[in-house]
Amino acid sequence: MTTLATGPAARAAKPATMAQALQRALRDAMAEDPSVHVLGEDVGTLGGVFRVTDGLAAEFGDDRCTDTPLAEAGILGTAVGMAMYGLRPVVEMQFDAFAYPSFEQLVSHVAKMRNRTGGAMPMPLTVRIPYGGGIGGVEHHSDSSEAYYMATPGLHVVTPATVEDAYGLLRASIASDDPVVFLEPKRLYWSKSPWSPEAPAAVEPVGRAVVRRPGSSATLITYGPSLPVCLEAAEAARAEGWDLEVVDLRSLVPFDDETVVRSVRRTGRAVVVHESTGFGGPGGEIAARVTERCFHHLEAPVLRVAGFDIPYPPPMQERHHLPGVDRVLDAVARLQWEAEN
Amino acid sequence: MKKSSTPVRDPAGKTRAPSGGADRASDAAGPVAPAWRVRTDPTPLLPDERPFRVLGTRAEAAADPALLLRLYAELVRGRRFNTQATALTRQGRLAVYPSSTGQEACEVAAAAVLAERDWLFPSYRDSLAVVARGVDPVEALTLLRGDRHTGYDPYRHRVAPLSTPLATQLPHAVGLAHAARLKGDDVVALALVGDGGTSEGDFHEAMNFAAVWQAPVVFLVQNNGFAISVPLSKQSAAPTLAHKAVGYGMPGRLVDGNDVAAVHTVLTEAVDRARGGGGPTLVEAVTYRVEAHTNADDATRYRDDDEVAAWRAYDPVRLLEGALRGRGLLDDDEVARVARDAEEMAARLRERMNAEPVLDPMDLFGQVYAERTSQLEEQAARLRAELDAAAGAPGQEEAR
Repeated sequence: MTTLATGPAARAAKPATMAQALQRALRDAMAEDPSVHVLGEDVGTLGGVFRVTDGLAAEFGDDRCTDTPLAEAGILGTAVGMAMYGLRPVVEMQFDAFAYPSFEQLVSHVAKMRNRTGGAMPMPLTVRIPYGGGIGGVEHHSDSSEAYYMATPGLHVVTPATVEDAYGLLRASIASDDPVVFLEPKRLYWSKSPWSPEAPAAVEPVGRAVVRRPGSSATLITYGPSLPVCLEAAEAARAEGWDLEVVDLRSLVPFDDETVVRSVRRTGRAVVVHESTGFGGPGGEIAARVTERCFHHLEAPVLRVAGFDIPYPPPMQERHHLPGVDRVLDAVARLQWEAEN
Repeated sequence: MKKSSTPVRDPAGKTRAPSGGADRASDAAGPVAPAWRVRTDPTPLLPDERPFRVLGTRAEAAADPALLLRLYAELVRGRRFNTQATALTRQGRLAVYPSSTGQEACEVAAAAVLAERDWLFPSYRDSLAVVARGVDPVEALTLLRGDRHTGYDPYRHRVAPLSTPLATQLPHAVGLAHAARLKGDDVVALALVGDGGTSEGDFHEAMNFAAVWQAPVVFLVQNNGFAISVPLSKQSAAPTLAHKAVGYGMPGRLVDGNDVAAVHTVLTEAVDRARGGGGPTLVEAVTYRVEAHTNADDATRYRDDDEVAAWRAYDPVRLLEGALRGRGLLDDDEVARVARDAEEMAARLRERMNAEPVLDPMDLFGQVYAERTSQLEEQAARLRAELDAAAGAPGQEEAR
């Protein structure tokens, strides 16, 4: 079920970063479809603060990759008008917490325009938001806002955790006739993987979760920046006799109940792992869904490993907040304790 | 510090004498400020001191009689539409109706100046402009009736959905106009907003984007004096709302919002300017909301009867009627004929609004996404089962 490329193209592939794969996805989408326009603060001449839009203005011109005034509501609001006129805007919000001024445009118009107009006016736009911590950013540069977006009907919420998915999911998001909040895990921008831009490996479509590591004794349900943490924890847990399955959700909306439920019914135990806050966070919804569907298969309560319910801490403290391997292993151990008591 | 007695050069390169200590920077023999200049001369952008008028002025003689007669018929229909819709709220046929009585000249002119290919971006009080643009009145009222959010296809008449959040439709107008220009299409967007809406952040961002991009867009602020109960004096400290344009680098125009010929003239100039590549214009139409905010509002709590009476006397319909009669362009027969047409429109509207709309509850799930998610499929199946149970087994609920 993994999407790691294994074919001849992959053997020829060189290591590429997630940022490079995202840039390539934008470039290929723009080359294929003249209605795809990139806009945002610093996306043109600078190529974006994370260089994801590097070279697009030079290749496609300022009209296709546009440096906008510094105004997130204006960026997203004008993108709505552009989508009304048949373009496919791809908006970059520079950092997670900078997107909040555009929140009204997102929830009141982007998410609802199809519904408000009885389907006459779809919103085929993508909002790229670098999100999450772990890169030593100062305040307002490390938020995990996915729960806000998940709570808004009409939006797809997508987050890649691998280089292959970064390319494949972004291409699919841009091609979607619905609006997509595309959350890019900042601390994975420079994660590398063998990847061939000339023959990118096919990935599962948006809305499908993927088992990244098969296992039999418990399921770790995770996404985005927490996937590498979970894979590392799964390796470490082997010493304790745990054979952990790791499910990468890839898409929070729509949610792939089927893959998650199939896994948990088989393993009988589940831990949801993410770095956003636990209270009112995505884990609560996921744990509830799993419990409702797998109650008679569960050997222990569904546990959550999340960030603390605090504003994102300053960089010198963030290591205490972010769920790491030890915290995941502690939760796995509690699954055993719960089963014995 | 020792004062320099040698002349210093100012950034424009002109030699001038030291300013005698008033300007500390020029006193020092230190670095010279880099070149700086005003990017846009603000003078041509400034609005007139008084709202532009046509009726009752020398400009009236030059106004096209056929156009004035057409606008007169539209004004009368618009007034009748407002009174009919207000009556429908009392009968429970509309959940709410924000009347534009007193503001019909703005509504009618906004629709009249646009070409078929242009776009109108209305706010919730602008159903009249939407109808004047050609949208079926019943379809224009579905939002306020409560059966659908938008009753019309926005692409058919190029009218965006009525926007309830304030000023959020303005950046849409900018984006659409910008996109049209990128595609090489000769399209102008006209966006309507109220005086209260000018305080919103989206107003600012839309103005700024429009000016920076030189988008072919026209903003019409209908300054009707109140944002629900808050008067303009508590809304803005700007000299006029039209003055706000200058800070963005676009022209601001001030117009008498009850003088339909004046609004038509100013908007036509702005639309022509936008179409010709001259960029955006902000037009402030000074008018008055003579009715309450909606039927749920008590306007007597926040304004004097005298003020309302003065504005009722300065009525846009009577203003034009008087001018047309004065020029011999309108007589009692024509007034009666126009009134009869408007009455027929109202009767048809009344009749159609009295019919119960046929609603399908399953539509709730129809247009959330292009394809339903599995979560929505489950919820739709559940509602279907509830509806089937209710339809198939009356009394079943009581039996349980």
